[in-house]
Amino acid sequence: MTDPPVLEVSRLSVEYILDRGTVRAVDDVSFTVGPGEFLGIVGESGCGKSTLLFAVAQLLAPPARLAGGTVRFNGTNLVGLTDKQLSVVRWRQLSVVMQSAMNALNPVKSIGAQFKDALQAHGTTGKEEIHTRSAEVLRMVGIDPVHLHSYPHQLSGGMRQRSMIAMAMLFTPELVIMDEPTSALDVVAQRSLMVQIKELQDRYGFAVIFVTHDMSLISHFSDRLMVMYAGQVSELGATRSVFDEPRHPYTQGLLEAFPSIRGPRKPLKGIPGSPPNLVLIPSGCRFYPRCPRRWDQCKEQAPGLYERDGSLVRCLLFEDGAKPVPSTADDPAADRSPA
Amino acid sequence: MTERGPEPSPELLRTDHLTRHFKIGGALSRRTLHAVDDVNFSIGQREIVALAGESGSGKSTIARLLAQIYEPTSGAITYEGKPLSAIRSRRDRLRYSGQVPMVFQDPFASINPVFRVSHGVLRSLKLHRPELTARQREAEAARVFEVVGLDAEMLQRYPYELSGGQRQRVGFAQALVTRPKLILADEPVSMLDVSIRIGLLNLMAKLRDEEGVSILYITHDIASARYVADRLIVMYAGQIAESGPIEEVLANPRHPYTQLLLSAVPDPRAEPSVAAEIDHGEPPRVIDPSPGCRFRWRCPLTIEKCEQVTPVLSQLIADQPLPGHEVACHVAQTGAEVKAFSS
Repeated sequence: MTDPPVLEVSRLSVEYILDRGTVRAVDDVSFTVGPGEFLGIVGESGCGKSTLLFAVAQLLAPPARLAGGTVRFNGTNLVGLTDKQLSVVRWRQLSVVMQSAMNALNPVKSIGAQFKDALQAHGTTGKEEIHTRSAEVLRMVGIDPVHLHSYPHQLSGGMRQRSMIAMAMLFTPELVIMDEPTSALDVVAQRSLMVQIKELQDRYGFAVIFVTHDMSLISHFSDRLMVMYAGQVSELGATRSVFDEPRHPYTQGLLEAFPSIRGPRKPLKGIPGSPPNLVLIPSGCRFYPRCPRRWDQCKEQAPGLYERDGSLVRCLLFEDGAKPVPSTADDPAADRSPA
Repeated sequence: MTERGPEPSPELLRTDHLTRHFKIGGALSRRTLHAVDDVNFSIGQREIVALAGESGSGKSTIARLLAQIYEPTSGAITYEGKPLSAIRSRRDRLRYSGQVPMVFQDPFASINPVFRVSHGVLRSLKLHRPELTARQREAEAARVFEVVGLDAEMLQRYPYELSGGQRQRVGFAQALVTRPKLILADEPVSMLDVSIRIGLLNLMAKLRDEEGVSILYITHDIASARYVADRLIVMYAGQIAESGPIEEVLANPRHPYTQLLLSAVPDPRAEPSVAAEIDHGEPPRVIDPSPGCRFRWRCPLTIEKCEQVTPVLSQLIADQPLPGHEVACHVAQTGAEVKAFSS
């Protein structure tokens, strides 16, 4: 990529301070997003993907706190800026679409009033201008501007989610962060929303970070894909390459856990066990207890991120000069505690 | 209640013209929401039937009707040859709810957090099988936990100590202690992580194969339905759009809505094709509907008849050799090939 990245996250860590100890929900995560790029982040619940988004958008609230790292947006480090300093960037250049439109929209204010609040808070005050822009963004997402007078409960789930996206577009930002914007929708609405996001992106050229637990959803939409496991990046590469040739055993397991509506019906195994408790992180590889390809070294040595054909993989199989010796321990599927 | 009708049939439960309406609005604007309208289907013994459709299509209302949480507005449910409306006594009602228990969508909200997980299982045993002694109840609880793949030691845990997948197994264990014949599973895996989902789906298949339990699997995920179910019923706006053996319906979807649904299923293995038709339609809220097909506003193939006559679910003549595949679509019933949305 020749253009400088819009967003450069480096060595970011987030901790939750709890009574039972400190949980490192995001551990040393680095990635970049180029201009107009679509980055997908996938992982199971509790892998730290939402926390990561909150950290990038500087929205963390206690008990979460940033334990280290930088978030550079167009070269400026956002970490440590005051709310006042951030408000220049927020919404105008970087906006966030939250997971549940039902909870993120104010139920007692019309859609138009909420758009107006956002516009005014970030410096657009002309009455005429506010109305024109609000109607414009609603039209962009395929909603009739008469709905500016509607309240959230008068819209369907798909329309609410679309108006959230419209709201994020008010200032034509350079980066839109989306946290599972489609998870409350059914497949048909999900698909049409995804196509719409992609169309908007092509037209206005903003970059997208899209977080989801459903890998198959973004398979045709994202440029690069980052797979997270237990707070760490386990694989990061071009989307097609990750899908066609998953390298990390966890990614392979995830891909094999999807039943398909085409082709022969075959039994699937899923991934045995469940993700680790982040209070007591085991030494060695965090995927070790569930990994079908582990060997003894994985138990002691925590893998780094190794590069292979343009992808980054956190697995000792890809360490230079790795000599995998099949584990003497049993197959993880055998001693699993089912989850 | 074990003897069956005159001729032995593998049918366990049947609905005839099952209908449920809800009154909405205030005194001045009283209207009727048709949540479920004239629905006919049956569930056989040892069979997993998937009930699929968008949110608001009436899937959960059907589950609640079958669980006797709602009374039907009209129509009947027949269980083992006898109408449910004939159930009067508390004893019969208990027996029915024991034989047809429900497993809920949210494993975090459906288990009481202040008790050990054994609490629900043991209470259910005490209520539905009063003949057992305390020790037998413990043994039975341990047995069902083994069946769903949990350690008997887990009975002593509190819900917060379990993962989502383990909690949903507890949900199935609770349903199993009453020796059910039909489990109503309302989106049992939709809140679980992908890597854990498959384990639950495998459990459902195991319950059918080894325990002989039938399952009504309510879902919006067609791929997971295909993985476990024998038959598929596709609902749209309170009515059945299409039903039949699942492989047959997925291979030859005849209803435009089924085709739309299948075209929307993300498939990472398929070639990337962002160019597929986009449907901007929304499922209708069926309030005081006029006759006619309810899909007609979104359907690219509408003919005049669709505006006036509500299509009835029926088998296509051309399908004679493959019984059981039924479609409610005027265009398909004329014998024309339906190709509304390609997947």
